[in-house]
Formats: sequence, structure tokens, C-alpha cells
Amino acid sequence: MQEKRQYPPKPQKVYVFGTCVIDLIYPDAGMAAIQLLEREGLDVIFPQEQSCCGQPAFNSGFPDEARQVAREQIRVFKQDYPIVVPSGSCAGMMRCHYPELFEGTELQAAAKKFAGRVFELTEFLTHVLKVRLEDLGAPLQVTWHSSCHALREMGVIEDSKSLLRQLKNVELVELQSEKECCGFGGTFSVKHPEISGSMVRDKIDDIQATGAPVVISGDCACLLHITGAAENLKLPVKGRHIAEFIWERTHA
Amino acid sequence: MLEPTAFNFKKNISKALGDRQLRANLKSAMDGLKTKRLNVFADDDELQQLRILCNAIKKRALSRLPQLLEQLEEKCVQNGIQVHWAETTDAACRIVLDIMKQHGASRLLKGKSMVSEEMHLNQYLQKIGIEAIETDLGEFIIQLDGEPPSHIIVPAVHKNKDQIAKTFHEKIPGAPYTEVVEELNSIARKNLRQKFFEGQIGLSGVNFAVAETGTLCLVENEGNGRMCTTVPSVHVAVMGIEKVVERMEEVPPLLRLLTGSATGQLITTYVNMITSPRKPGEKDGPKEVHLVLLDNGRSKILADAELRQTLYCIRCGTCLNHCPVYTRLGGHAYGFVYPGPIGEILTPQIEGLDVAGELATASTLCNACEEVCPVMIPIPRLIRRMRTESYAKDSSATVKGHGYKTNFLESTVWKLWAKMNTSPWLNSLNSKMLGLLGGLLPKAGPLKAWTSVRSKPKFAAKSLHQRVKERGVNRE
Repeated sequence: MQEKRQYPPKPQKVYVFGTCVIDLIYPDAGMAAIQLLEREGLDVIFPQEQSCCGQPAFNSGFPDEARQVAREQIRVFKQDYPIVVPSGSCAGMMRCHYPELFEGTELQAAAKKFAGRVFELTEFLTHVLKVRLEDLGAPLQVTWHSSCHALREMGVIEDSKSLLRQLKNVELVELQSEKECCGFGGTFSVKHPEISGSMVRDKIDDIQATGAPVVISGDCACLLHITGAAENLKLPVKGRHIAEFIWERTHA
Repeated sequence: MLEPTAFNFKKNISKALGDRQLRANLKSAMDGLKTKRLNVFADDDELQQLRILCNAIKKRALSRLPQLLEQLEEKCVQNGIQVHWAETTDAACRIVLDIMKQHGASRLLKGKSMVSEEMHLNQYLQKIGIEAIETDLGEFIIQLDGEPPSHIIVPAVHKNKDQIAKTFHEKIPGAPYTEVVEELNSIARKNLRQKFFEGQIGLSGVNFAVAETGTLCLVENEGNGRMCTTVPSVHVAVMGIEKVVERMEEVPPLLRLLTGSATGQLITTYVNMITSPRKPGEKDGPKEVHLVLLDNGRSKILADAELRQTLYCIRCGTCLNHCPVYTRLGGHAYGFVYPGPIGEILTPQIEGLDVAGELATASTLCNACEEVCPVMIPIPRLIRRMRTESYAKDSSATVKGHGYKTNFLESTVWKLWAKMNTSPWLNSLNSKMLGLLGGLLPKAGPLKAWTSVRSKPKFAAKSLHQRVKERGVNRE
């Protein structure tokens, strides 16, 4: 259950935490997120020493390793700027689980403070920057995939969708089972590929039933899983990260 | 019956996923239960307030569990209910058997009780030639097929009407083949009614026991629970020790959440409040009432402040209904009495991680269970705890069988992962290597599992770190 969050006024500087999946596989999504923030007049800082939020180890039963990696992020993002994350899942890890991860350690207070500065990208664009988007693209139908942590940890799905709804030529066709997990689940995807495969098959069917040629999401790990499974099944499902999608349609 | 010793999760998963009928049955049943739940909790503010209240009730009750149990015993005894304590399931089975022996009974009429499943009571009695008859319709169906329940609330949820019609026709002597629900109900009713008249001992579970009054609360929809607890001359109630609450006024909010979460009902057809055996001058009711209090590892769970939250569970089963994994596997694949998310945290604690720890891997940590749990058990957090303890050999681990999964390869992989993600130099080298050579990675290990369902990830030629550097974004 999320408490209603109080948002700060528009800052001058923000940090971007790129996430490891975006870093290695979807850098365009990361660049788009940076450009969207810069367009609003912000100084964007991307600390080069950043790496991963630590969630893979945290969820797999290796909290010590997760702590080592998380500690590094707390060290690297040292100034008191907001930390904007183009992923609901990594943002959820930093915002909801860092305080738990460092409970009873000397970093407890720092982790809590850090967590308070973490924002998911679309949440930040909506509530802090109050962006207004002008759609320059051709008419297009899209559907939307909610990542579980964007939905249930960060509670930012309405923010993401409200941005899509600002794009006047984009028609959002919603999924039947939008709240159901796609079956990625981090290391679950390789520990239980059969269950994961069954879940993503249903998700792909749901996406295809909308008739939309592209599925938008705020989380690249879900997209990697969904589009990778569709490709494996030779089904034409395209995925785009919301930052990339919005940037492409709104910059001249 | 799936024996714990034969627990092969991977095999069970393959079998369940290969059963298209099972998936169809589960999907339609779970979708129905979820919709009904939403209808009965139309006011989300009310639901959230109730959850907070009931979480507090359970938290408080468990923080005073020893006192409340003593108070419950004292009140029950005052009311004429005989109280028995069982540390293990074997001890609980022996208590039930002794009561039956005292009355020369050879048949037990059972209302639905998950604790009796946990005790494996039917098998225990069967071995010594005593027949346990399930009177709940769902339990009755699966007993005919010799199956364990596949759901905490809806034990035969994995079967559809046609499968039940076939079972009745084949297993009940003289039953005609019919797919008409009313006729199927009537076959079961006729079959059971005679047994109620002949039964000497009735057994039930307990949803809540009230310490201040010594009252046993039992909800049900078929009336079989009331029959089991009133028609036979002896009623035996079995309950886990975590089911006690302090005050009667705490029962209504708990009932509201239990029935709403479980079956989407405002209230069940029958709500039984049992406070004593038949009193002098009364015309009906059992002459003896026994209460068996089962521990079976619960006091150990209670001792750990975080794990204690497992015991908040009121067995509504809504975490099963909302779990994307359970709804594809059904309960049998989980191999033990309690399936789904709650089973993933409860079973390893009762049976030991070395026996049932694999259950905790069957979750994407999507948090759907936590979102709907009426008593706000942080199930994903406790699943993580099970996973962590599966690898933990040190003394900070408390769950039985911890450290069973510790292995050199996996711990080395995570150590390297941590090293790489705390060293910018290594991290940058890694992304460059993946960009250049990622496409050549052999489909082995995790990548083999990944590509069994999905295409190979396509690593970017230049990482975001490199792109940012080239574009001249402020890097500090």
C-alpha cells in the first residue's frame, strides 16, 4: 500500500540512475530519459560510477552482495538531488527496499534519506515537472504493460498512462489482464523458465488481442522478456520503453 | 497423496503446465473468485481500514499468545469443553484416536479442516481401520478420487463439473451419470445424510477461538459443519494455536475480511459459535466437545519477530487466487498441504527448508499476494527471507534446514557480480565485452534457460555509460 507522496518543487539539477538492463541492452531508452529531463531545463547528472540497484541479488537470497552494490550507489549519488530512474522496478528497489536492506546498519539513516530522493521517471515528469507533451507523430494504437513494481511498489501507473494520453495521436488500448505479472521475475525467469514461459505466453496473447502493433512499458526487463518470448514464437510484438516512445514522438 | 519424500517440484510443475484442462478450470474459478472479492470490497477505503485493524488484532494476539491460549483453555474448561495440547501432528492424531476409542467409534465425520490435512489425520486413521468421511462437498469429491485438496478454501477447484460427474458415476455405487449441478448436489447429499445419522464423532476446524469467552467460531456454506458439530454425540475441534484472538468484538472485522477475501461473500451461510457441549435440559447438541490445540512448529515461528507474521494468516486463500504462479499450477504441484504464496512461506518453516525450500523459488515477487492479503502479511519479504536462509549457514539463520542450498558455484557467481558492480573499471570492461561479443555467448547455464523461452538478449554496441560520455552529459 502506497502512502500519498509529497512532491518537491522543480529542482535545477537531477541525477539519472540508468539501470543495468538499460545500460547494457536499451541505452536508447536511457538517452531518451535524459533528453526528456534536459528539455525541461534541468541539469542532468549521470554519475559514471553507478551500476545496478542490487535487486537481482536481493531477490535471489544474497542480501550481503546486494548491500555491497547498493552501498556503492548511495555513495555515488552523494548530492541532495532527486534521483530519477527510468524503471519502476529499480526505483522500487531503491525507494522501498534500501531502508529494509540497511536496517540496523550504520547506513540505515543514509539509505532512508536516499530512498526519499528516488523517483520513477514518469512520476517525476508528471508530478515534479508537470510536463506538457505535444505529439508530432502519426496516428498510432499502442497498448501498455504495467510492471509489477511500478504498479505495486511505486504506484506510478496512472502517471505513465497520463503521459501517453497527452499524445493526441496515440490511442491507448488497455490489456485485459493489465495487473498480471508477465512472468519475468528476475532470476525466476531462468529458475522456472516453464512457468515464466506460460505466463508470458498469456501476456503476449493479451497484447495481440488489443490489435496494437506496439506495447509500451516503463520497465525494460519486462520488455526484454516479452519481446524476446514473442520473437522466439515468431510473433510480431514490438516493445518500446515509454521514455523512448515519448521522446521520439515529441521532439522536432 | 503426494508424499513429502517424493517431492519433485520441477516434475510437478511440468505435469501441471502440461494439463490444459487444469489451467482452464483454474482460470475460470480464480477469475470468478477475484471478481466476487472485488464486488464485496467495492469501497477500497473501508477495505484498507479493515486490513489495518485486522493486522493489528493479529499482531496483538500473537504478541500475547501464551497468555491468550491459557485464558482460552481456562474459559473452555469452565464452559465444559475438554482441551488437549499437541506439540506434533502425531500427538494430535493420537488425541483424536483416543477420543474415538473411548467411545468405541469406528467412523469420523469431518467438516472441512486444513489443520486435519496438516495432521494427515485421514491416512493415520485409515491405517488402523477407522474411516474418516469428508462431508464438505469439495472434500467429498476429492476423497472419492483419493486426492489431497488443491486449494485452502476450494479443495476441488481443479476439477470442472464434467470431471465431477464422472467421479460420482464411477465411485458412488448406484449413482447415475449426470452433469446437472442440482442432481450432483443431491447425490452427494443423499450419500452423506445417512452417514450423519450413523456417525458418533464429528470433527471440525476452527476459524477463530475467542480467549475471553472460550468460543470457537466456524464459518461454512453447506451446513455440513453445523451437522458435524451438533449431530454426533461428540464434537472434536482441531485448531492451530495461532487462531486465538483476545476478544469477541475482534471477530466481526476478521469475519468480514475472511469471508470477503475467501469467497467474496459478505457473510457465509452458516456462522457457528460453539461455546459448550449440550447443557442439562437442552435437547440437542453434542454431549462432549473437545478442543485440540496444535503447535507443529508454530511456537518456533512465533519466536522470530519477522517470521511471526506468517502466523497472522486466517486461511482465506486469496493469495492463491491472485498468484499468477498458483493459477497456472494448481495446488497439487506444490506437493504439501498449503500451496500458493502462503504455502511458500509456511511450508518451509514447518517442514524445513531442506525439505520444502524450493517452494520459495516459485514466485516472481510480483507482490499481488501482499496487495490482497487481508491481514497484511508481507509475503514477498518472507519469500525473500526463505531464499536467503536457503543459502545461509551462519547462526543468524533460524529456519529449520537453512543453508541446504549453499554451493560454491552460485555463491561465487554472486560474489563476482558484486565485485563487478562495485568496480567502475570492471563494469565498463564487462559492458564493452558484452557489446562486442555478447552475441557469441554460448547457450549454456542461465542463458540456456533464458533462451528456452526467449531469444538471446541483444547487447548494445555502446552502453548507456559510453553514450552519456560521448554526448558530454554531466558525469560528476
